[in-house]
Amino acid sequence: MATIDSPLPKPYKPPVVAPGHTPGTVTDKISSVVLRRTPKWWYVGFGISFSILMMFLFCVTYLFAKGVGIWGINQPVGWGFDIINFVWWIGIGHAGTLISAILLLLRQEWRTSINRFAEAMTLFAVACAGMYPVLHLGRPWLAYWLFPYPNTMGMWPQFRSPLIWDVFAVSTYATVSALFWYVGLIPDLATLRDRTRNRAMKIAYGFGAMGWRGSAAHWHNYETAYLLLAGLATPLVISVHTVVSFDFAVGQVPGWHATIFPPYFVAGAIYAGFAMVLTLAIPLRAAFHLEDFITTRHLQNMAKVMLATGLIVVYGYMAELFFGWYSGNIYERFMLMNRATGPYRFHWFALLLCNAVVPQLLWLRRFRTSPFWLFVISMFVSVGMWLERFIIIVTSLHRDFLPSSWGLYKGTIWDWGTFIGTIGLFLSLIFLFIRFLPMISIFEMRTIVPGGTEGGEYTTAPEQEPGISTEQGAVP
Amino acid sequence: MESVNDSKGKCGAEASAQPQPVRLDLAEVREKLSRQRGPEVWRSLEELAETPEFEEFLHREFPRQASEIDAVSRRGFLQLAGASLALAGLTGCTKQPPEGIVPYVKQPEYIVPGRPLFFATTLVHGGYAQGVLAESHMGRPTKIEGNPDHPASLGSTDVFAQAAVLTLYDPERSQSILHDGRIATWGAFVADLGNRLRALQGLGGEGVRILTGTVTSPTFAAQMQDLLTRFPRARWHQWEAAGGHHGRAAATRAFGQPLATRYDFSAARVVLAIDSDVLTEGPGNVRYQRDFARTRRVRKGNLQMSRLYAVESIPTNTGTLADHRLPLPAAEIEAFTLALAQAVGAATAGGDVLTDARARKFVQAIAQDLRANAGASIVAADEYSSPAVQVLVHAINQALGNSGRTVFHTAPVDAAPVDHVASMRELVTDMSAGRVELLLMLGGVNPVYTAPADLGFTPALQKVPLRVHHGLYENETSEYCQWHVPAAHELESWGDARSFDGTVSLMQPLIEPLYSGKTGHEVIAALFANRADATSFELVQAHWKTLLVGNFEEAWRKVVHDGIVPATQLPPAGASVDGGAVQQAANDIRASLQRARSEGSNKVTLRLRPDPTVWDGSLAQNVWLQELPKPLSKLTWDNALMVGPATAERLKVSHEETAEVSWNGRKVQAAVWVLPGMAEGTATLSLGYGRRRAGRATGLGFSAYELRTSQNLWNLPGAEIRGLAGRHDFACTQNHHVLPQGKRKSGMGEDGEIPLAGEQAEKRHLVMTGTLEEFRSDPDFIKKEREEPEPGESLYPGWKYEGHKWGMAIDLNVCTGCSTCIVACQAENNIPVVGKEQVQRGREMHWIRVDRYYAGDMDDPRIHNQPVPCMQCENAPCEVVCPVAATVHSDEGLNDMVYNRCVGTRYCSNNCPYKVRRFNFLRYSDRETPVLALLQNPDVTVRMRGVMEKCTYCVQRIEQAKIESKVENRPIPAGTLQTACQQACPTQAIVFGDINDPESEVTRWKSDPLSYGLLEMLNTRPRTTYLAKITNPNPALAAGQAHPEHEERT
Repeated sequence: MATIDSPLPKPYKPPVVAPGHTPGTVTDKISSVVLRRTPKWWYVGFGISFSILMMFLFCVTYLFAKGVGIWGINQPVGWGFDIINFVWWIGIGHAGTLISAILLLLRQEWRTSINRFAEAMTLFAVACAGMYPVLHLGRPWLAYWLFPYPNTMGMWPQFRSPLIWDVFAVSTYATVSALFWYVGLIPDLATLRDRTRNRAMKIAYGFGAMGWRGSAAHWHNYETAYLLLAGLATPLVISVHTVVSFDFAVGQVPGWHATIFPPYFVAGAIYAGFAMVLTLAIPLRAAFHLEDFITTRHLQNMAKVMLATGLIVVYGYMAELFFGWYSGNIYERFMLMNRATGPYRFHWFALLLCNAVVPQLLWLRRFRTSPFWLFVISMFVSVGMWLERFIIIVTSLHRDFLPSSWGLYKGTIWDWGTFIGTIGLFLSLIFLFIRFLPMISIFEMRTIVPGGTEGGEYTTAPEQEPGISTEQGAVP
Repeated sequence: MESVNDSKGKCGAEASAQPQPVRLDLAEVREKLSRQRGPEVWRSLEELAETPEFEEFLHREFPRQASEIDAVSRRGFLQLAGASLALAGLTGCTKQPPEGIVPYVKQPEYIVPGRPLFFATTLVHGGYAQGVLAESHMGRPTKIEGNPDHPASLGSTDVFAQAAVLTLYDPERSQSILHDGRIATWGAFVADLGNRLRALQGLGGEGVRILTGTVTSPTFAAQMQDLLTRFPRARWHQWEAAGGHHGRAAATRAFGQPLATRYDFSAARVVLAIDSDVLTEGPGNVRYQRDFARTRRVRKGNLQMSRLYAVESIPTNTGTLADHRLPLPAAEIEAFTLALAQAVGAATAGGDVLTDARARKFVQAIAQDLRANAGASIVAADEYSSPAVQVLVHAINQALGNSGRTVFHTAPVDAAPVDHVASMRELVTDMSAGRVELLLMLGGVNPVYTAPADLGFTPALQKVPLRVHHGLYENETSEYCQWHVPAAHELESWGDARSFDGTVSLMQPLIEPLYSGKTGHEVIAALFANRADATSFELVQAHWKTLLVGNFEEAWRKVVHDGIVPATQLPPAGASVDGGAVQQAANDIRASLQRARSEGSNKVTLRLRPDPTVWDGSLAQNVWLQELPKPLSKLTWDNALMVGPATAERLKVSHEETAEVSWNGRKVQAAVWVLPGMAEGTATLSLGYGRRRAGRATGLGFSAYELRTSQNLWNLPGAEIRGLAGRHDFACTQNHHVLPQGKRKSGMGEDGEIPLAGEQAEKRHLVMTGTLEEFRSDPDFIKKEREEPEPGESLYPGWKYEGHKWGMAIDLNVCTGCSTCIVACQAENNIPVVGKEQVQRGREMHWIRVDRYYAGDMDDPRIHNQPVPCMQCENAPCEVVCPVAATVHSDEGLNDMVYNRCVGTRYCSNNCPYKVRRFNFLRYSDRETPVLALLQNPDVTVRMRGVMEKCTYCVQRIEQAKIESKVENRPIPAGTLQTACQQACPTQAIVFGDINDPESEVTRWKSDPLSYGLLEMLNTRPRTTYLAKITNPNPALAAGQAHPEHEERT
């Protein structure tokens, strides 16, 4: 791109890619992560994650054998860790699509180096989330009754139930996210196919690449499809968590029945999602020495998104408090008093600390640019968002309308086992992903380094003239 | 198996000290067996039979924990090894031999598959009869209803009657005759005992002793009469642990003879209950509740209402209904009674005995009220008051002219009205002195567990050469007996018994004895009348043959059909209270008062009471009763040392903490439960727990019997309570987590859940209350409080109900909180029991519950009961959120639950503001125990795990009634269609019917200005509505009362 003279000097922007990279080095660097020999720590990490996954399998087997009574749920708290975890995971699964689709449409090219694994994370989080609605059923073997399919019973699902809306929202989201992710992978799979020396891998990548040769026609179709999918995915970012929030907002339990829920849930989801992206990006970046691609600018930008969405979430809390008081409704008022002074008050204060207080550090550049502090703050946010769902679900249910039916809720060892187990599943999938697939989009990165189609935003002059790549997966 | 080994370990250590029942160690035998014989033991039965170890193992396997005392007879038994081996092997199998099933060749009359039959019969509780109708499905009784013709029932029942059908099928019932713990036969039993008795008969039966509980059965009494003629030196002892000991003593003192007292509440305008749960406890309670409720049904246009005062040390169901309730410690209640007796002129005035100003005010006001309603009032004290108090109460009733009008004294109802304590003392003395050769304990008496602790029954029992126990269960006593004979359940037996008013009702079997049980009639006939083959039918019929008037066949058929023997009610006897007895009682009270008032302030008065659900412990194995939340405390599966908040604070004991109670050198450890409304300085521990040998109830709760002596049966003044560090996990169904940790004020501080719940319940207008005066001055005063939404405030169009439109109304004004509805519902709807651990986790399954709310001062609260079934909302929040349409509205307004469509999301339950839905978190229904399958109501699905369930308004009954009306082409007759809770309710507080019928009772109730719905502002439009609780306070007391009633609604 030609440089346009402007009357004012451009403000300094940290680079999206560290200086000195060419399309060739980008390809080398990223594909080498996959094509190199497996590092030892990977085995350790995957081993641990996989063991946790096996524990999950054990918990689920026991669950299917005995019933949901092994969990801590009761009367009146009919939902516990199951739905908390569902909402938590599905919230985490929001960052990927947001980064991929919305930021793509908004032409935020800094998204390029994080979108691939953010999308992968989304998929894995949705996989974790998607299991809970089945696991939490009293009779999980009948979960298919929630789908509208022709049957001899002549029964449709009950379309007024938000749980049915959930089924559509989550399954659509999972499908579109998977497609989006896979379509984005095709050119890179072709690159790997061409570069790997392992015969079996070549065949495997070859299947995945679906005959990609990098022709102009391919690129044309690809760009169109990708953009369309981005367009499709964009409303989903908003809709999925909106629908999830309806599970509560449509109910009439004080603490659930609130109009603020959809925007509040969407903001919370993005908040949690970005926290999880940071939680994963910071160690990966260090482990694979990807500081050149996932730069401080990326971290900063993500921190800013977190700060912004975090503030929306805090606004949600304030709105809940205000409307609880302003409504004059004794049930709402009691619910809020009970949050602050009842048996779960420590959870509530921990939630405020994690979600509202600690993230305020992000106002300071020092914290925004420090990977260590960002990691710590993201952890706080992840815990805080889990607590938020705990507060919404458990504290609202445990003391609702009739004081005679009040109760308490506590997760059992099986609740924790299942929860930690899904984290094991998530991490196992992440480990497999970083081992076998390029965690950063190679071809998209090539477009933003000097020599790529869109040039770079270097403040210094590029050291190398744009060259034509010899790779098949190169820009047309 | 583990438990067997454990108990062996404990017993082994004590065995050297004194003779104890020895239990077998299965593991040891098995190990020895495997070591010595290896796998080849199983090659042939003959080979096995020669192996002593194996024989021993085999014979001892069945009588688990059996005693092994008589070595000679065991060896003799082993000689029959070959035969018994095969027999024992067979009995060990649960599988029945294959049988061909053939249809009836001749269809028996009346038996239509799918249609139940009802038989009038009798259930006995504490010796007294309650007439019932047993529902039988194809020959198996499934449900108990009250017998409308029976004076103690009038169609209603109590919790014990409702739960009886579970005891019938209880797989833990003893299933065979045991001799030294080994299976034996009836023939062997009769032969063995016959030999001994022949020897004793020559001596006139010297040394023969028979111990029973309270007996009201005329047939049994006649048999005993006959026995005592044949064996003139034999003795009949009685011990009914929770019987009317004080009542009998008081009557003897007051009238010179042990007269029985009964009340007619329907004629009483003013009632005073002195430390007495007269309405919901005791033989006449069902009838009393019905009669009392009749005087409390306030409606628009009927403003007549009786007034109830309760002065009590322990909050009771009666107290929850009281217009004025005064908590007083036991000693002060005695003073109160004396003061009242003086005030109404029943006792000579002699100085003011009351120190408490409030009590004094109560005495004045009540005395005035009683005098104003002389002849139409009742002062009731029951069994648990001292004889002195009861003597005074008799005198008060006489002075007021109530005797003969509302209070009736009759000849004693029990067949042999002896002083049980004296009878027991005599027995123990004779046993210790070696004068007893044969002790026959009939009818499930369990003296090893229930005998007064000071008598030393158990060591004395071991001096008796031959001990025989007859009962439904093996228990602590059967452990010490050579012979145990399983008893037949009332639903398996012919028999008869008297109810509280003397009316004789007949017991007829609904089913062949499941476990070859024998009735007491049969045991007595076989042993003492040489009629081993006599059946109870023959015995009972023979007894009545001479007594029924007219053609015997016809008369007998009618008696069996109706369940009652006509004209057997005991007529009122003219009796006057002895003046000397009154003087004596007054002196006794003054003396005990002086003692109590001089006592150290760290002492409490411990009051023992029968447990509201498991009674004296004989019902401990009935899991419906175990899991039934006890009225007021809402505890299940446990008893507790209950103290009031102030007392707990003073004694420095905390809720759910263990404490040591010591009294007169006896000590018991129990866990504390802080119960609002307990009088200061009073503690209570109910009987019936701490069983050592009671199957699944073993080890639950704490034994009060260890403190109970022959002198102090109910009242233990000067007991000390010392807090221990340990904690006890209770299973409570309401506001379980009462206490914030570290608050000494026993959790009744501001963030304790119970006061918070009470406060919120008032704010939320859950239990609407008012006074009669308010209602009189403004009939719509409740209506003005209601937050009824505008009609049509819904997104969905309304439904027009063309046919039926079902609805229910509950009258809070007469609900005593007795909880019979809960057990009735459980029996009708196949509701499973979940066990203590699951209740602790808040997973009890009852479809109807009785909510209890406290208001005001926790040491003297107002207490409200509110039964809550499903509201069957018109705009049901559960229906819209179910993703699979498993809960839907019927075209008759029911909120139906489709079990086989439910996938178990629990969303409906979360969204139910009344929290009446119940979820099968695990597989709660017992489908493995074959005998329990017989118990199930065939008209109701047995739910599997993972599905939601809830009250259906007994939809199976609705459908049955509709089918019948269609078949007979007529509308459903009024009053014939009743839900199970409604039918069982002693006060008829529940009414169900068609709201489309303007004439129906339910429509009338719902259109009353007192009617309101629960949480109406949610626009759920509940079909179950309530009638507000109206009190009738005495103006003389209302003004100065600590918490005027009208505050309640503000």
